Amino acid sequence: MSIETPTPESHPGGDPRYKLVDRALKRFQYRQDALIEVLHLSQETFGYLGEALLTYVARALKLPPSHVYGVATFYHFFTLKPKGEHNCIVCMGTACYVKRAGEVVEALEGEFGVKAGHTTEDGKLSVSIARCLGNCSLAPLLVVDGEVLGHETPESTLAKVRAAVGKEQAE
Amino acid sequence: MRVADLKTMAEQESAALAVFRARLLVCYSAPCLAAGADAVREALEKEVAGRGLAADVQLVSTGCLGPCSRGPMVTVSQPGQADAVYEKVTPETAVAILDHHASQGPPADGFRMSPENPFLTRQMRVALANCGLIDPERIEDYIARGGYGGLAHALHELDPSEVCFEIKHSGLRGRGGGGYPTGLKWNLVRKAPGAKKYVVANGDEGDPGAYMDRTLMESDPHRVLEGMAIAGYAVGAEQGFIYVRGEYPVAAQRLDKAIKAAERLGLLGSRVLESNFNFRIDIRIGAGAFVCGEETALMASIMGLRGQPVPRPPYPAQKGLWGCPTLINNVETFGNVPDIVSKGSDWYAASGTPKCRGTKVFALCGQVENTGLVEVPMGMTLREIVYDLGGGIPGGRAFKAVQTGGPSGGCIPASHLDTPVDYEGLQQLGSIMGSGGFIVMDDRSCMVDVARFFMEFCLDESCGKCVPCRAGTVQMHRILTRITQGKAGPDDLEKLEALCEMVRDSSLCGLGQAAPNPVLSTLRWFRDEYEAHIHEKRCPAGVCRLTPSEGGER
Repeated sequence: MSIETPTPESHPGGDPRYKLVDRALKRFQYRQDALIEVLHLSQETFGYLGEALLTYVARALKLPPSHVYGVATFYHFFTLKPKGEHNCIVCMGTACYVKRAGEVVEALEGEFGVKAGHTTEDGKLSVSIARCLGNCSLAPLLVVDGEVLGHETPESTLAKVRAAVGKEQAE
Repeated sequence: MRVADLKTMAEQESAALAVFRARLLVCYSAPCLAAGADAVREALEKEVAGRGLAADVQLVSTGCLGPCSRGPMVTVSQPGQADAVYEKVTPETAVAILDHHASQGPPADGFRMSPENPFLTRQMRVALANCGLIDPERIEDYIARGGYGGLAHALHELDPSEVCFEIKHSGLRGRGGGGYPTGLKWNLVRKAPGAKKYVVANGDEGDPGAYMDRTLMESDPHRVLEGMAIAGYAVGAEQGFIYVRGEYPVAAQRLDKAIKAAERLGLLGSRVLESNFNFRIDIRIGAGAFVCGEETALMASIMGLRGQPVPRPPYPAQKGLWGCPTLINNVETFGNVPDIVSKGSDWYAASGTPKCRGTKVFALCGQVENTGLVEVPMGMTLREIVYDLGGGIPGGRAFKAVQTGGPSGGCIPASHLDTPVDYEGLQQLGSIMGSGGFIVMDDRSCMVDVARFFMEFCLDESCGKCVPCRAGTVQMHRILTRITQGKAGPDDLEKLEALCEMVRDSSLCGLGQAAPNPVLSTLRWFRDEYEAHIHEKRCPAGVCRLTPSEGGER
């Protein structure tokens, strides 16, 4: 279930996902100041902001593509590359850091051969670091495929991430 | 809805709740959920249904109660009795609790948090008054506890200047960390000429280790909305924006639901409470940029631009969103407003210190026994917060420092633990109040490494607009990395200090101006640790791996 790169040709002919983007554009009445909202929704729909998608949004809002690109690259939330099938976010807020979240990240990087902020070569796993997820009493904290896990150690993390990635392979 | 209807609704709701023999409030916030609150609620539901107690016992999923490390939390509220708080509840103990309170079973005291526990008794909850005690998704719960009474009072009995006066008189200051007197700001916006004005709530809580705004928005969203509406009336704005950090999807959902519920009852929207005041609130979701906590950057982000700050003046009060006068306050500041208006400014001004009235919410975390959210009167000492509320350092280890104010703040050593907490007190120690992050560190934390950690944060989050911040943070980070690797030379400390001063004095916005704070404060209080790294090539806390080599860069 890899995500296709949206191409200019895929609209309006085929890709139904653009309809969702259109709906967002309409809801905000094509107002240029709604750019961030539209990008949020586009990323939710496509998983990432491909070049064609950014161009599409730029045209619809009558904004220079450079402006749209500038906004999309400024914010950490927007990603211009597809994410892995599974993702593991390690919180590196101060509380987690003081409780040694750094060791968790090192363990993940060593085990899966991927730098934080990147995806493994086979596209299975993305490891990323969050600034602070605001659940400091659970420190160190991680989120594996949307599930919040607290009080982690390097060992418990590896076991859980292995399980998440391995599940897919077993099927 | 009229004011009379609001009162009727509150009375009806209170009467409806009084019917229950016991109300079991299950904390349903993220830490408790991760600890198993879901299973607790399930077990209770099954038991209540099985025993046919549905008419006598009410189960409520609430927002965060505060003592997060003791979750899952269950509070039992019974008419005519003080609330009983239970900690670390399992499905089995939940049934025992139900037994005791609904069916005269033996008391489940083993799991009860002592009512004398300082974590409960030493707090004074104003902004957090309803957190953990109401269902955040039901506007009726909020109204039953006097919600929207402040707005009704303001709209029908006070004129805008009187509302501003009340806020000014209460002594409330900006809870986002700046500490600017809120009443003064409101008056500035009220008097600013302009047909259109805006109110903005800053919920872009970027400081790592701080989560009071998230809790407030998730656990009591209507309080924030009411505060904003009162502000809108006071300054003459008809449109409000609440900027929620992208990492907080639950907060955004709850606020969205709350706005719709309030609009349906005529508490927001056109002709609020049958007055001539109209007020709409829209949510804006942040996209992950720390600098957007800075007010001018936040406004840029609301307008769909890159979140880069612009020089002040003009201040947002004169020229803000789309060039119109704009009032920006932190979410917690707005959370204090409804009670100030409904209970009066004298009531609020009675707590706290002469310069800093009222209360402040802190997110107590790090190496401390009780982590969680506490709201304490200003002027309480750091020692009381760490040892009385926090219960001290776990494992019998030694206290080393407390870090307040996130990447813009500093570390305070043990020798200054008796400092009362207020804006000026913390500033004198080289830290800041900030939004309320309160991270306790024990002797296993290396202060140089902590400074490097924060510098890495600032370097990554610098928006890149002004050179001192963009380039200065990189240079400072390099030196700090060299020190933690044992590759620093004897003159590196001097260079670091010079850089700190330069970045502090010449950066455009708060991010850059405050970025050297963690370094300066650790240099001030823990200079010996820096020197041990540089001269003796050793890390006193045993955190840094020092590999001395010949003058290698990075």
